[in-house]
Amino acid sequence: MATRSSASSDQQSFMADTQPHPPIDPTNFDLIVIGTGLPESIIAAAASTAGKSVLHLDPNSNYGSHYSSLTLNDLISFLNTQSPNPNLNINQQHLVTESSDNTIAIDLVTRGIYSGVEICCYDQSVEKESRKFSLDLAGPRVLFCADLCVEMLLKSSGNQYVEFKNVDASYVCDGNGELMNVPDSKSAVFKDKTLKYSEKNQLNSFFKLVQGHLEGVKSGASGGDDGKVISEEDLERPFGAFLEKMKLPPKIKSIILYAIAMVDYDQDAGETCKDVLKTRDGIDRLALYHSSVGRFPNALGALIYPIYGQGELPQAFCRRAAVKGCLYVLRMPVISVLLEKDSGNYKGVKLVSGQEITSNKLVMDPSFTITSSYSEALQDVSKVFNVGTVTGKLARGICITKSPLKPDTSSCLVIYPPRSLYPDQATSIRVLQLGSNLAVCPSGMFVFYISVLCDDAVEGKKSLHAAIDSLFSVGTSGTTDTSSSDQTTEVKPTLLWSALYIQDIIEGVMGPVVMTPTPDGNLNYNDLLHATSKLFRNMYPDDEFFPETSNTDTSDQLEDDSEAGIDS
Amino acid sequence: MTAWNYRKLAFHHNQSQPLPDSDHIKSIIDEELRVVESALRKNFKSYGAWHHRKWVISKGNASTERELKLLNLFQKQDTRNFHAWNYRRFIAGLKNISDEKELQFTTDMINDNFSNYSAWHNRSVLLSHLLEKKVEGYFPKELFLKEEYEFVRNAVFTDPDDQSGWFYHLWLLDQTVKVDMPNLVSSWPPHGSEITKTTFPVVIYFSEAVEGVNLHTVSVQVENDILQNIIWSPLSANKFECGQAWLTHLTVPFREMNSSKIFEVKISSGDSQGIKSLNGVPCSQHWSFAFRVSAFPDLQPQGQSLRRILMTDEHFSPTDINSNAMMSLSNLYDELAGDYEQPTSSKWKSEMIASEIDQYRELLSWAECKIGKLTLARLLMANNAMITDTPAAPNMTHMEEVLQLYSELMELDPAHYQYYKDEHSLVFLKQVTSSKESLMKYCWRYKETSLNITGDMCLRLSNLSLSRIGSFERLLWVQSLDLSHNQLHSIEGLEALQLLSCLNLSHNKLGSFMALDPLRFLKSLKVLNISYNEIGAHPVDTKRYLCSSPLSHTLDYDKKFEEVATGDGKMVDFWEAYSVFGGLDLMQLDIVGNAAVDEKFVLFLAKLLPGLKWLDGEELH
Repeated sequence: MATRSSASSDQQSFMADTQPHPPIDPTNFDLIVIGTGLPESIIAAAASTAGKSVLHLDPNSNYGSHYSSLTLNDLISFLNTQSPNPNLNINQQHLVTESSDNTIAIDLVTRGIYSGVEICCYDQSVEKESRKFSLDLAGPRVLFCADLCVEMLLKSSGNQYVEFKNVDASYVCDGNGELMNVPDSKSAVFKDKTLKYSEKNQLNSFFKLVQGHLEGVKSGASGGDDGKVISEEDLERPFGAFLEKMKLPPKIKSIILYAIAMVDYDQDAGETCKDVLKTRDGIDRLALYHSSVGRFPNALGALIYPIYGQGELPQAFCRRAAVKGCLYVLRMPVISVLLEKDSGNYKGVKLVSGQEITSNKLVMDPSFTITSSYSEALQDVSKVFNVGTVTGKLARGICITKSPLKPDTSSCLVIYPPRSLYPDQATSIRVLQLGSNLAVCPSGMFVFYISVLCDDAVEGKKSLHAAIDSLFSVGTSGTTDTSSSDQTTEVKPTLLWSALYIQDIIEGVMGPVVMTPTPDGNLNYNDLLHATSKLFRNMYPDDEFFPETSNTDTSDQLEDDSEAGIDS
Repeated sequence: MTAWNYRKLAFHHNQSQPLPDSDHIKSIIDEELRVVESALRKNFKSYGAWHHRKWVISKGNASTERELKLLNLFQKQDTRNFHAWNYRRFIAGLKNISDEKELQFTTDMINDNFSNYSAWHNRSVLLSHLLEKKVEGYFPKELFLKEEYEFVRNAVFTDPDDQSGWFYHLWLLDQTVKVDMPNLVSSWPPHGSEITKTTFPVVIYFSEAVEGVNLHTVSVQVENDILQNIIWSPLSANKFECGQAWLTHLTVPFREMNSSKIFEVKISSGDSQGIKSLNGVPCSQHWSFAFRVSAFPDLQPQGQSLRRILMTDEHFSPTDINSNAMMSLSNLYDELAGDYEQPTSSKWKSEMIASEIDQYRELLSWAECKIGKLTLARLLMANNAMITDTPAAPNMTHMEEVLQLYSELMELDPAHYQYYKDEHSLVFLKQVTSSKESLMKYCWRYKETSLNITGDMCLRLSNLSLSRIGSFERLLWVQSLDLSHNQLHSIEGLEALQLLSCLNLSHNKLGSFMALDPLRFLKSLKVLNISYNEIGAHPVDTKRYLCSSPLSHTLDYDKKFEEVATGDGKMVDFWEAYSVFGGLDLMQLDIVGNAAVDEKFVLFLAKLLPGLKWLDGEELH
């Protein structure tokens, strides 16, 4: 079991100059990685595994960067320091320093990717227990048992550093604002108490159709060969239209689209829909979900969550990298990037300690950048830095309560499909409830992560508030509202604390200096890991991205108490 | 298997060492269990290994707790492993685990994956136990049936192609419609009828095969005398001392010859509960029926100057509703239907069935599903049987739908064609015999009225592509029956029609003389046509083991065979024909067009049946 580095770090100062900075030896590496987010950590681990010498730096005292799990107070200060700060650009005149030995040093600044941070505390006791929380910056996130992240953990042997538990249930908001169980598998359809018999039949028939298609494709049949395989024409069709063609009623269609295929944008919006999911991709998502159900004998559902929080994942890869020889230095800000004066090529970095380290390649998390005035001043710089642009925004929320949504369900996923909360809700809102059995909060408390894609902060906050209003009652007294605790109705959990913020989405950029992507709006890491492995392949086209090891013990056992040992 | 047995011997040897202390025995047992466990881990479908484990455990001294844990492990790995399920029942029995707890286990397993025959089967076994033991909440059965119907409906609707749920549904349906005890459904002569013969057969027909019908369990009373010399015999070819129909012959004693005295005969159940179904459930409901016998002496002695009786269209005319014969049939039918105690089917049953019918109609409206159609057909038939509030007018509302379903099934599922065909035939006959109006369409008058052998009327069920016959309880009155040009492969049950004197089975698919075995019981049979069947066409008769052989000496006319058989050639056919025809007194036989028939065989038959006047249309002298 991995120990948490973040647990020991309390109220660390992010200002580097209060820390002693030991000199780093050697001073030349194949690769320097700045930031310990999941993409950076995976690249560091993959490069180390491929035999490169790697220096992995992080200005923070904990692993994970934008993918970390932090104590409550650390989370607040991280959000604040990583917000756009006009003061950072004050000493612009010192941005370029010419060293004697034919190098230019370009100072790095922090690009704040969080904005509109709103912290509300209705109950002081929550902040007092700050250290007992391990809050994800990039929540809500889960792993699907058969997804890429699980594959990568198994492939890299990173799985030995992290344990999972399954998410107990998932619910979807129906047209009437009621939460219903997501009937996501044959046995879930069978057990479901709310579906009509006809709906059970329709849903499972569709599952079988998809299964038949996948088997048909596997055995080499092409579209139209027989009734089993979905035709090429249908695969190119929008998934929503295909579901309609299969005569699925709106309720079933909505379950499949938003609660199983986890689609973001309203697929019924027609021309205005930003991202229409094709049937081909929809089927892939269903396949991922279904192959996740029952993949591990001790995980009941499709979804799992790492004990101690998502921050465990980058840490697991860092540990893997360290085993392969990667050198780790935390609390080590990089103040500038060094370029060769004549050629303008990347040469190395200058640390806050003043030490200069050279390397062939540099990977940085996207919160580091140079000021825009640079690229105007020096054409060479733009050859090196291909600054990633903001492609979208995400509204995220973290809420803390003392009671769960449904009694006896410690962890669950809740999906609000588009238009389910208010008429112009354009995208799905996803909520993940976690309990103290996942070691992310003090016992007796529950953490909720909410996220939604949005065009701007106003829209994003509106969505977050709609979800919060629907999920919680806001405690004004600080204690549970006893007057409304009616026996007949299900009592909403009382909100004790919340943090809302808008996060920029920046995609990874290839270049002499590689920029990794920020967390996206998905539940799993599949898209991020695809992007990451693409970056690695571009950097090292001749090296394998985690070669297949002889690690045959792929039984990624989850911590679970149901398995009684029989072996004597 | 041998290795396991060897281990058993070694085990015994070790155990019987002098001064075996319990620790020692325990270590031996543990070692055995360990060996079996590792064997099962390699192949947990090994019969031998499971059996050996059972054997070791039954020696005692081992922790059954551990066995349950092991089972949980194996059953998780392979939820449908029936060895594990069997073993689980064994361990549950040893440990006295309550059936309710085990029932919950099946619920859990089914919730995990309902495509599991073993779990459903175990569920039915456990529920039967609970019902039998009358455990609270499980008795009477309507308490759990409703929930179970809903439970299995989830499975069947979620995946209609998965058969395991359907099988359980079939079990539930069976539990629902099953009449708790056997009862009398019809008789010959029927209640309230008038018989004009002095010697006649009496047939009592039950809802299922029963045993124990005898002088004490059935009382026969003529006027005020209870007859003490009655011998009842079962009308069943295959089963021993049991049958759905039972027969006796009565000769009404009349002292005053030529007088027109009318005797009242009453037949009723005796006071004991000696009549039992094959499962041992007694027929505890009292029943009785009565009829009158007019003691006219037979006016026309039989067997004089017989002409050949032909059962072709030109010899018949349609019956007139107002004819005497029809009137008497009509009365007979009213009576037949009227006076037997029907067990009152409870309201819950009909409600349950009706609700199931609605559900499955809906399912079929969107899913083309073979087993769904079959289930609906069975439900509809069950419904028909249920809502028979007034037995005089059995509800036949759904018959057409059921017939349609079976017709569709024959096309959809050719692999089970014969089964659907048989069911279709049985339902069709039920429909035909359901009322006198429907039956009348198939009743024809003989143009020649002087044929007292055949009676006036012939029931002509020819050219209907029947593959089986049934509804005998409503046909006990039939004297003349035409089943020609059908696809019959069996005439099982026909033995109940004791008045039958004239039978046409030509152009069917009867495959051997043994298929004609029921004829053996039809002592009144005079005219028989079995021409153009497939007798002898199938070299291997798979039913042969069921029939009497020359060595079994169950027939009372064995000796005759020695005289007529010429002792060579096709002894089998000869013997079989002999066993069927040997006890009959046929006057007319048509047998041409069967593979088994050749010149020698015809000669044999002529010898065997000395009363025969016509053989294949030729007059014998």
